Amino acid sequence: MADASISPEPMAVPENGPSVLRRLARRKLAILGLLIILICVGGAVFARWLAPFDPYEQFFDGLTLEGAPLSPNENFWFGTDLLGRDLFSRILYGAQTSLIIGLVANGTALIIGTLVGVTAGYFRGIVGAVLMRFTDLMMAFPALLLAICLAAIFSPSLWIVAMVIAFVNWVQTARVIFTQTSSLAERDYIAAEKTLGAGHGRIVFKHILPHLIPTLIVWGTLGISTTVLLEATLSFLGIGVQPPIPSWGNIIFENQTYFQSAPWLVFIPGAAILLLALAFNLVGDALRDILDPTQQGRD
Amino acid sequence: MAAYIVRRLIQSALILLGVSFITFVLLYVLPADPVRQIAGRSATAATVESIRQQLGLDQPFLVQYGNYLLNLIQGDFGRSYLQKTEVAQLIVSRLPATLLLLVAAIACELLIGLPLGIVAALNRGKMIDNGLMLTSFLTVSAPQFVVALLLLFVFAVKLGWFPIGGYGTFAHIVLPAVTLGILGSGWYSRIMRSSMVDVLRADFIRTARAKGLGRSKVILGHALPNAILPIIAMIGIDIGLFMSGIVVVESVFGWPGIGQLAWQAIQRVDIPIIMGVTLVSACGIVLGNLIADLISPLIDPRIKLR
Repeated sequence: MADASISPEPMAVPENGPSVLRRLARRKLAILGLLIILICVGGAVFARWLAPFDPYEQFFDGLTLEGAPLSPNENFWFGTDLLGRDLFSRILYGAQTSLIIGLVANGTALIIGTLVGVTAGYFRGIVGAVLMRFTDLMMAFPALLLAICLAAIFSPSLWIVAMVIAFVNWVQTARVIFTQTSSLAERDYIAAEKTLGAGHGRIVFKHILPHLIPTLIVWGTLGISTTVLLEATLSFLGIGVQPPIPSWGNIIFENQTYFQSAPWLVFIPGAAILLLALAFNLVGDALRDILDPTQQGRD
Repeated sequence: MAAYIVRRLIQSALILLGVSFITFVLLYVLPADPVRQIAGRSATAATVESIRQQLGLDQPFLVQYGNYLLNLIQGDFGRSYLQKTEVAQLIVSRLPATLLLLVAAIACELLIGLPLGIVAALNRGKMIDNGLMLTSFLTVSAPQFVVALLLLFVFAVKLGWFPIGGYGTFAHIVLPAVTLGILGSGWYSRIMRSSMVDVLRADFIRTARAKGLGRSKVILGHALPNAILPIIAMIGIDIGLFMSGIVVVESVFGWPGIGQLAWQAIQRVDIPIIMGVTLVSACGIVLGNLIADLISPLIDPRIKLR
């Protein structure tokens, strides 16, 4: 029975798996980015073993006699926060928050964007037009204002923050995927497949989606950077991930009253946010140069 | 051209209509109850109901939205629930501060971004180019509030050169404008660099060099005026980016613009203000994009209006 099926067809994606990594390894900035991501992921995954203290424990000796946070010392490497908790441990656990939100929010945004973009680009018609007009509309939305509004009004939790971010971040992906899909859908081999009687599902999954993978990888990487920044901003305003769960943004939010006397409480988590966002931008940009043929030779 | 502008204006109006509808829906379905906010925790059920009636919040959704639109067409954004003032009045009183910051911020972005982009393009592939491009990545990746707090810490707290926040004198605008300037500069420097690199490869530059023109004349007289063109259209898009990010900077620096107004309103679920600021910001974004699209073909005849 199975013999009736045609022999597996050649992969639609050009074989650029190993060479992408090799080309990535040739770029110094991309290596720097990968290294930061690796450290961050390592810190998040092994936080439980790496953290010298419990991130929630308020140490009796973690505050000065006047009740002020301690500056970095040999016991508390990054100092302590306003409640006498170890900042280094909180930063490590905060990496978990940033990465979870980065992956979940950005993954969701990518899925929504791809669904909208492919549907609009492949099927066109009224559905396509409506979807793309809706995308245009979302482009005109003051995104941060919308996110702040949503996050403030829902009682925020990790997952709600992730969904809010996904809700404002899918638009760019949808536009890029739409443009690519509509040009792919015009190709002769798609017409040929249709003539041969292939269904929409087969065409979309076998002939459209594989071609979109490079774009999705690039946008997936760059998008994490946007997401990390957005989460940090929401948490900084006090409407993102809620304390006591540590997030780099809410560490700054909690401690900003001490910002003049204990600046490390603001600038260490600030630097962590910056480095993580930078890392994904560096890697994403390098991937775009490598994977996008129109960018070649333009650097 | 005229037909194109008319079509784009109609499109823009439709987009704004859509923005108003979606914002209205979101604020309607969200679990926050403005009436509870106004009445306070100890209010009786009867008081809550009468306030609800007064504000027209007991009406069905479409009636509420229809009334809002009808008023909006007449320039009436409604009244703030808590401040008891006309929203339009509040926005008009706050808008000049935001616009001032907008102009100052974009000026800073250009002042920082363009020279860096030009220097990078002229030194393409060298250390200085790599360094500048890494810097541009850093600025693009920096969280707005961290840069704002860093500048505040160094220049206001430690050095005391500028006030910590507020509004009124030239000194007040420096730090917020520079914050936004640093953040936006990376974007401009990268566009400037790639535009300059393209122009420097063009035939007319080779001709100018072949004529025997000096390096500085070729760069300043021939390359720069052509390379800078795409930047002008970018400013339009930048206005949109500015409008959507204004909340954070204004609240960190205590800048009394519409971003701060929105942030205060969000915390108190003052829906008419949230709606108003969202619409005004969306107007800014739509207008900015329209300007960008209108300017592009004037600058580069190869781009056609569609």
